[in-house]
Amino acid sequence: MLLSEDLTCQELVELVTEYIEGSLLPEDRDRFEQHVVLCDGCAYYLEQMRTTIDVSGSLTEEAIAPEAQEDLLRVFRDWKAG
Amino acid sequence: MAQVETAEAELLDALRAGQESAFTALVQQYQPSILRVARIYVQNPATAEEVAQETWVAVLDGLDRFEGRSSLKTWIFRILANIARTRAQRDGRSLPFSSFGEESGGPAVDPDRFAPAGERWAGHWKSYPERWDTVPEERLLGGEARRRVESAIRRLPPAQQQVVTLRDIEGWSAEEVCSALEISEANQRVLLHRARSKVRQALEAYLAQG
Repeated sequence: MLLSEDLTCQELVELVTEYIEGSLLPEDRDRFEQHVVLCDGCAYYLEQMRTTIDVSGSLTEEAIAPEAQEDLLRVFRDWKAG
Repeated sequence: MAQVETAEAELLDALRAGQESAFTALVQQYQPSILRVARIYVQNPATAEEVAQETWVAVLDGLDRFEGRSSLKTWIFRILANIARTRAQRDGRSLPFSSFGEESGGPAVDPDRFAPAGERWAGHWKSYPERWDTVPEERLLGGEARRRVESAIRRLPPAQQQVVTLRDIEGWSAEEVCSALEISEANQRVLLHRARSKVRQALEAYLAQG
């Protein structure tokens, strides 16, 4: 895909994931970055997406309940016993 | 990478030799993720626990056949996906996992937020999104924001939910997700994009409440 010279904000928001994933072609990445440098709205939007990813990443995992761990150890011992 | 492979090979040897500590380490590493993924398919927490347990049984039974062509993690989650899918179908909750990528997407941002076609600034923001770098961290990473994000993820269509869960909550690489879910990279990216866009919207709605 080659983005047109005049990338709109509406088009840019659909490319944010590809940008963050590093999967845009170098020319497209340059256009994306040129737009973001000049457009505060899109710069804030990009920041929002990065923050969203961070918040998802902060959803901590619950620790394993001791009973669950015991149950699974029993599974293991049964397996080992054949 | 080679180090990871060596560590994994050692873990496998220990497991096959019946070392309990190796199994405990594996359980501690993967059980929370397994439960989270199982719950996408079956929802009922007790059923998810059963699916997890069945997965471990199948993993142990399959150890001798595991050839290391994929990583241990990918292999475990493929087994989990099969078991969870079967269980969901049996319970009458057959989710459209066969239609990966055919889920409706919709635009990442409400089209009303942009100037309409024909106007001078067509396709540009009517008013800018809020800055989030000035939002206090307590508010962003506080309990309520995280609850909103968690519930937004739970409301996503299953394939999107699964991709964003593995990528952004569990921190898997794109490659690992593609391999575990057997989807293409492009498909993975589309699902991730739709999912993240909706999660962002939920967070925006929450933060706009002031």
